Amino acid sequence: MLEITLKRQNRVLTVYLKGELDHHAVSKVKETIDLQLVKMPLSQLILDMSAVSFMDSSGIGLIVGRYNKMKCLGGSMKIKNPGLNILKVLKMSGLSKLMEIS
Amino acid sequence: MQPINRMKIEFESKSVNESFARIVAAAFASQLDPTIEELADLKTAVSEAVTNAIIHGYEQQEGLIFMECILYEDSITVKITDHGVGIEDIEKARIPAFTSKPELERSGMGFSIMESFMDSLFIASEKGAGTKITMTKKFSKR
Ligand SMILES: Nc1ncnc2c1ncn2[C@@H]1O[C@H](COP(=O)(O)OP(=O)(O)O)[C@@H](O)[C@H]1O
Ligand SMILES: [Mg+2]
Repeated sequence: MLEITLKRQNRVLTVYLKGELDHHAVSKVKETIDLQLVKMPLSQLILDMSAVSFMDSSGIGLIVGRYNKMKCLGGSMKIKNPGLNILKVLKMSGLSKLMEIS
Repeated sequence: MQPINRMKIEFESKSVNESFARIVAAAFASQLDPTIEELADLKTAVSEAVTNAIIHGYEQQEGLIFMECILYEDSITVKITDHGVGIEDIEKARIPAFTSKPELERSGMGFSIMESFMDSLFIASEKGAGTKITMTKKFSKR
């Protein structure tokens, strides 16, 4: 099971994910984030991946989808604290050209 | 090369089985004492192939997925088969970022990941009959 925790500070939303981010898990993350995006205007979306133990290309699809939404809304997106195996998948996708990964 | 061990399972085309399949493959491969990184690569590739069978092969409808793992002295071969819709143009499907389901927010990176995380990837598919992915990963001698 993937756990999702939200923290909002003004117009910045940080999403903490814990567990395995695969196709089975992405739909709930997508719904949760997209609900926040329509609720209140955001300038930045931060995805904290420090507790994500597994991610495949379904995670890339999720990130690109949220990135495009944030861009449409005039905001930005950041990825924080990916583990080494997550970083390897992120690197393959060229996501580092779209957003800050730190 | 002679296989030293072999196993085969079948499971339903349900997204909850994506983690089941990659954990089973990794547990079986553990007999060869791979590194943590090698195991992570194997899990990711298996997850990609099984997810494809579920989303594309069976289009999220009912179906059976077959996974066979063959161990050699220093490598594992994993075969993942579905009897789903099949792939019309395999060359096109392998192009990085190509996806036939952009509406599902697919990234089109599945085959690229399987190719780069494993040492070989072979795709056999027939439209209307199904798809069989055969991939092999070598483990470093320690
Ligand atoms: N098991 C399968 N059955 C039918 N089509 C498949 C299968 N696996 C892959 N494909 C086709 O190959 C394309 C590329 O697959 P992939 O690289 O994993 O990207 P994605 O899954 O993100 O679409 C898919 O969009 C689909 O059209
Ligand atoms: Mg895929």
